[in-house]
Amino acid sequence: MNDAFGRPDSVLVLGGTSDIARALLRTLVADGSRRVVLAGRNPEALAEAATETKEAGAEFVASVAFNATDVDQAGAVVDSCFSAVGRVDLVVVAVGLLYDDEADGRNPDRVARCITVNFTWPAAALSRVAEHLREQGSGRIVVLSSVAGVRVRRANFLYGSAKAGLDAFARTLHQTLAGSGASVTVVRPGFVRSKMTEGRKAAPMSTTPEAVARDIIRGLQNGAEVVWSPPPLRLVFSVLRQLPESVWRRLPM
Amino acid sequence: MLSGWGRTAPSAASVTAPGLPEVVSLLVERAALAPRRQGLVARGMGRSYGDAAQCAGGLVVETKHLDHIDPVDPDTGAVRVGAGVSLDALVRAGLAAGWFLPVSPGTRQVSVGGAVAADVHGKNHHRDGSFCSHVSSLRLATPTGTHVVGPDDDPELFWATAGGMGLTGVVTEAVVRMRRVETAWMRVSTEQHRDLDSLMAGLERADARHGYSVAWVDCAARGSGFGRGLLDAGDHAEVDDLPPRRRANPLVPPRRTRLRMPPLVPPRIVNPLTVAAFNEAWFRKSPSRDGQVRHLAGFFHPLDAVADWNLLYGRRGFVQYQFVVGDKHRDLVRRSLEILHGVGAPSSLAVLKRFGPANPGPLSFPIPGWTLALDLAVGPPELRGALRRLDEMVAEVGGRVYLAKDGRLEPRAFRSMYPGLPELLAVRRRVDPDGVLQSDLGRRLQICEDAQP
Repeated sequence: MNDAFGRPDSVLVLGGTSDIARALLRTLVADGSRRVVLAGRNPEALAEAATETKEAGAEFVASVAFNATDVDQAGAVVDSCFSAVGRVDLVVVAVGLLYDDEADGRNPDRVARCITVNFTWPAAALSRVAEHLREQGSGRIVVLSSVAGVRVRRANFLYGSAKAGLDAFARTLHQTLAGSGASVTVVRPGFVRSKMTEGRKAAPMSTTPEAVARDIIRGLQNGAEVVWSPPPLRLVFSVLRQLPESVWRRLPM
Repeated sequence: MLSGWGRTAPSAASVTAPGLPEVVSLLVERAALAPRRQGLVARGMGRSYGDAAQCAGGLVVETKHLDHIDPVDPDTGAVRVGAGVSLDALVRAGLAAGWFLPVSPGTRQVSVGGAVAADVHGKNHHRDGSFCSHVSSLRLATPTGTHVVGPDDDPELFWATAGGMGLTGVVTEAVVRMRRVETAWMRVSTEQHRDLDSLMAGLERADARHGYSVAWVDCAARGSGFGRGLLDAGDHAEVDDLPPRRRANPLVPPRRTRLRMPPLVPPRIVNPLTVAAFNEAWFRKSPSRDGQVRHLAGFFHPLDAVADWNLLYGRRGFVQYQFVVGDKHRDLVRRSLEILHGVGAPSSLAVLKRFGPANPGPLSFPIPGWTLALDLAVGPPELRGALRRLDEMVAEVGGRVYLAKDGRLEPRAFRSMYPGLPELLAVRRRVDPDGVLQSDLGRRLQICEDAQP
């Protein structure tokens, strides 16, 4: 169960090898979360994350491999994760891949794949997760969105538009779950220095996976529906969102 | 959505409120047959602070319609009541004939079933023990049938139910032995103490002289006034103690609670500034004085003055941390206040009291020594870690945390605080072999392990 401070006993991570997810798990497990299910694409990376989670103090860790391009399988993957651990108190959706917009944006297959991995699969999985939590009568969902989806910019438009879709989906899912005991928290990190962004030039107000994890944990305690990381991004984007298109597209980013 | 009084960690469940004990029995016996077994637990008035009376995804059986009160036996004071009867209703039913609660917690807004399940204590614990020491029998609906139990009749099941947080069955009826009183008034003396040592010494002296005693500690005060507080000690007043105008009608019932919070949840009104101001004002308004006459309600149930004061803590809610440690480890009282100060989370309200001997209930909270109850707003980021450290220190010296107040204890600490747990689990295997009786608290503390795969 989640305790009075919003700390979960059991955690399921879809996209369990992401740097943010791993940083979050290290903190949660050190603070008393006991049972963890990791689901991810790469079996070796999964095994590594599982070992790390055990070493941090988890009593039970299970791994489930899946491919986020197999949209048909999303529901089945979620089912097998739930049956591995029983009641799940916190579900973290950290599935996602960055694409190279210069080259990929002109290739229909890659466009489709980017939208599938970053939006379609996570949304399909979320709908099944929500069913499980409704039945449990409790549970929290954390969805990793991105400021890239808050207002999509040219330099990042594939990933950004997929995240925009996921962000809207997750925010609305939260409304449909009102009164069910389940709730959704959407996390909007800025530029995170992690393996996903390796080799890219850091944007202003960049952050680290550990800092994002801390902001998420504070959000869970406060029952926040949206978590910005770092928190001042909320103010920055409240301005950026209002800019006229003619100004927005001239911004050097 | 159901939550406890602290308004943390709500969860959803089906809720039913049967009017007959037989229906409760049927529900509990049939629960094991439900196709998707998600558990069942009783709920009285929802005054447990944490997650004791909620059962996510399962069935919550409210007892509010089990509200009959038989006449009080004029010789023994024994009264048979439904589990959903509030202590408020019981006081009103008994007081006119000169009967009062044997044990009175800080509010009258708890049900008799809840008082049994939490084995509640009051300001007279040092003399009279806890609530279940004054219960002569219980009617308990369990998955394997309905039992009538008492201290001499299946004592294992009776004592496992005392403080068992509803995990041994649903209490539908209890026989409570009331206490004879001549008036509805108390003779109270109040002492101001300038620091914690003086306050604790005062409490020890008061216990020897008075039937009831309690101290309030000002947690906002620092420096030399650290731990200053007020000590209230009292005894039931006799007719001769009353001022003449009260003597004609010495058994007047408590006034109804009229004040309520506004319907919209206000932002967090309890914050360090208001806490400091409130504590200062309370300390100053109560100079030391002896032998005042105060009504039972004001002495026992000051919190009942405002109906839903828990809303003062805002959206995130609050936790209460109440622990008890033996006499030898009284320094933990000071240490706990220092630790909470250290993380910037001083308690908004702190109540200190000494307990007398324990009863045989394996999960009953009181053991001899010092108990401190701290109200803490959820918010300061380091609060959770500080309470985990306190858990360790309390468990280390054989102390424990009160489950009725708890929403955040962890299974390992819980097991070391309650060495009698195997007795409760043995009773559960006997009356609930399928593990149907579950609550969010039971799951969190791994008492209901059967809920796991």
